[in-house]
Amino acid sequence: MNAAVLFDVQQASLGYQQRAILHGLNLRIHAGEKVALLGESGAGKTTLLRHLRTLRPDEVAWCPQHSGLVPMLSVFHNIYMGRLDRHSLLYNLANLLHPLQQPRQDIQRIAADVGLQEYLFTSVEKLSGGQQSRTNLARALYQQRAVFIGDEPVSAVDELQADQLMALICARHDTVVVALHDVELALRHCTRIVGLRAGVIELDQPAAGSSAATLCRLYAAT
Amino acid sequence: MVRTSLLFLLAALLCLPWADLQISTLDPWLELSRLGWGLLTPLPPSTPTLLDALANTLAFALQGVALGAVAGFWLALFYRWQWVRTLAAFIRSIHELFWALLFVQLVGLSSVAGVLAIAIPYAGTFAKIYGELFEEVDPAALEALPAGTSRLSAFFFTVLPPAWPHLLTYTRYRLECGIRSSAVLGFIGLPTVGFHLETALKQGMYSEAAALFYALVLVIVTLHLWMRRQLLPLYLLLALWWLPPAAQVNPTLVWQFFTVDIVPAPLRAGWDGAALWLWLQALWLKQIGPGLANTVVLGLIALVATSGVTLLTFPLVSRLFGNIFTRSTGHVFLVLMRSAPEYLLAFVGLLLWGPSMLPAIVALGLHNGAIIAHLVGHYSNELNLREDAVTGFNRYFYEVLPRVYRTFLAFTLYRFEILLRESAILGILGIPTLGFFIDSAFSEFRFDRALLLLLVTALLNMAVDMIARHLRRRLQLSTHPEDL
Repeated sequence: MNAAVLFDVQQASLGYQQRAILHGLNLRIHAGEKVALLGESGAGKTTLLRHLRTLRPDEVAWCPQHSGLVPMLSVFHNIYMGRLDRHSLLYNLANLLHPLQQPRQDIQRIAADVGLQEYLFTSVEKLSGGQQSRTNLARALYQQRAVFIGDEPVSAVDELQADQLMALICARHDTVVVALHDVELALRHCTRIVGLRAGVIELDQPAAGSSAATLCRLYAAT
Repeated sequence: MVRTSLLFLLAALLCLPWADLQISTLDPWLELSRLGWGLLTPLPPSTPTLLDALANTLAFALQGVALGAVAGFWLALFYRWQWVRTLAAFIRSIHELFWALLFVQLVGLSSVAGVLAIAIPYAGTFAKIYGELFEEVDPAALEALPAGTSRLSAFFFTVLPPAWPHLLTYTRYRLECGIRSSAVLGFIGLPTVGFHLETALKQGMYSEAAALFYALVLVIVTLHLWMRRQLLPLYLLLALWWLPPAAQVNPTLVWQFFTVDIVPAPLRAGWDGAALWLWLQALWLKQIGPGLANTVVLGLIALVATSGVTLLTFPLVSRLFGNIFTRSTGHVFLVLMRSAPEYLLAFVGLLLWGPSMLPAIVALGLHNGAIIAHLVGHYSNELNLREDAVTGFNRYFYEVLPRVYRTFLAFTLYRFEILLRESAILGILGIPTLGFFIDSAFSEFRFDRALLLLLVTALLNMAVDMIARHLRRRLQLSTHPEDL
């Protein structure tokens, strides 16, 4: 492959809260790849994603599973928070008190993309789980980075929506690394499948040519 | 928990022999009946005087608390730094009356003195409570932010919004305290309700005093009705218009205060270690030692008295006991005691029984006990007893007390620091705690002594604050700071 290497993890042992979860991990991700991380919960997907994010913190649009939304703030504000780092404190405060024209237009558009246009100024705590999850995704989209890293970004929405949202994620980002639990969804949208099992990479293959049946062994009982 | 309670009880009992509890007035019952009659027949002084005093009280309180809240907010932003914590602990460990005594020396009996006297210790308290509220916020939102977000932007978007409602509730509660503090500042000469109360009480005009007291209670009790967020700017503007910042600063005197007056007397002519040692020794033996001992003795006995009052009176306002009549009476009693500043209660007690620790213990016990009883009573209302639960004393001891004891202890320990602060301040009334010696030093213009004694008082309070926090943590008692 000619594309630049974005992430290069060699012989890494990664842990979360002082517990080693991933052992002797080798993973190289190139720009332009759409990588799906599969595996049972506890296999180490979240730990790996968190680590990847720390490697290029300024280039990554980050969409964590535990969303970190601020419940009492509106959808607008929660999305706006994706770009807090790009504005001065004064500009941020002004938007907190009264949304300004420019971010309002931008965020309106993104909210429409994920189907939240009617809820722009509703506080997040009044939304359903699926709507909150879409707010969280919209925040990551609003960051407009080249790389998207998401931990189950579409898990709380129905299948049809998940499909549309995954397409949106892939269309808006050059490189995508997402943990998914829906194998079909991964095969439809991603170019590469990485399967984790008990802290090691069990399989790593192109999506083209893979079938749901072969991927099932990731989830089979030992 | 029971062991800790018994230890405190034992400590208080051991303190009793050192506490002066004598009644020295000739006929306390006569005075008490006159006071009772006065409370039943309130007679307002001339309306302009009353309104003027109330407006002043509110203006000092609003300006002081607002300034304190803003300053405390800024301190709270840096609360993770140890020196900010220490600074906040230090400025709040000195009572507003002591700050007032100090500022009156520097800027005269002026509006600035009163406002700063409230604002400074309140800033310390606000810093602590706001800081703790900020620390309690779930960090998930903070972690999800893009890397490189500035700390303040992150704070305003992820930390402040969840903490905001608690912050408002607590600030409003502190405004209530501020009104009490402001009223008490009248006792040292500022033109608030306390000034007129002191005059009326000293002259035995109990009906006038009762009217002033009821007016103060009314203002405090109706606080939640008139204090609206939208109206706050208006109130603040009115307060500034009514009581514009003014100070009588005499630069020469201020300069002398800092360069000569507060320098220990034996050092004013140059360094003299031996003389300083003697000066410290004499001060320790005659003032610091006895003052410290009396403050701790009074504080401990007051803590037990507060507990006693709480345990006796919380059933009065609990739905698990009594009927609508006893509960209404209980509420009125607790509201009156809660709204009356300890200082005022102690002042009245002093008139009734003469100078000893007795009035101070009763005042501290009643005021603080009423506050905690209100909270514990409220808490007990949320208990669900089974339908066939016993009644009367059996219900109190078997069903209710064991369930509320934890909460009760948490609140009581939370107020230990406050009790000690107040024990020190009641010295101004003539009880030989630290405040007595500080007040004497100020009135004799011995500012070097006054400052040293203030420092000792601050250290004592900071130590007690630490002990109480340690105990609460060890007993795993948690309270939401905004409750108190």
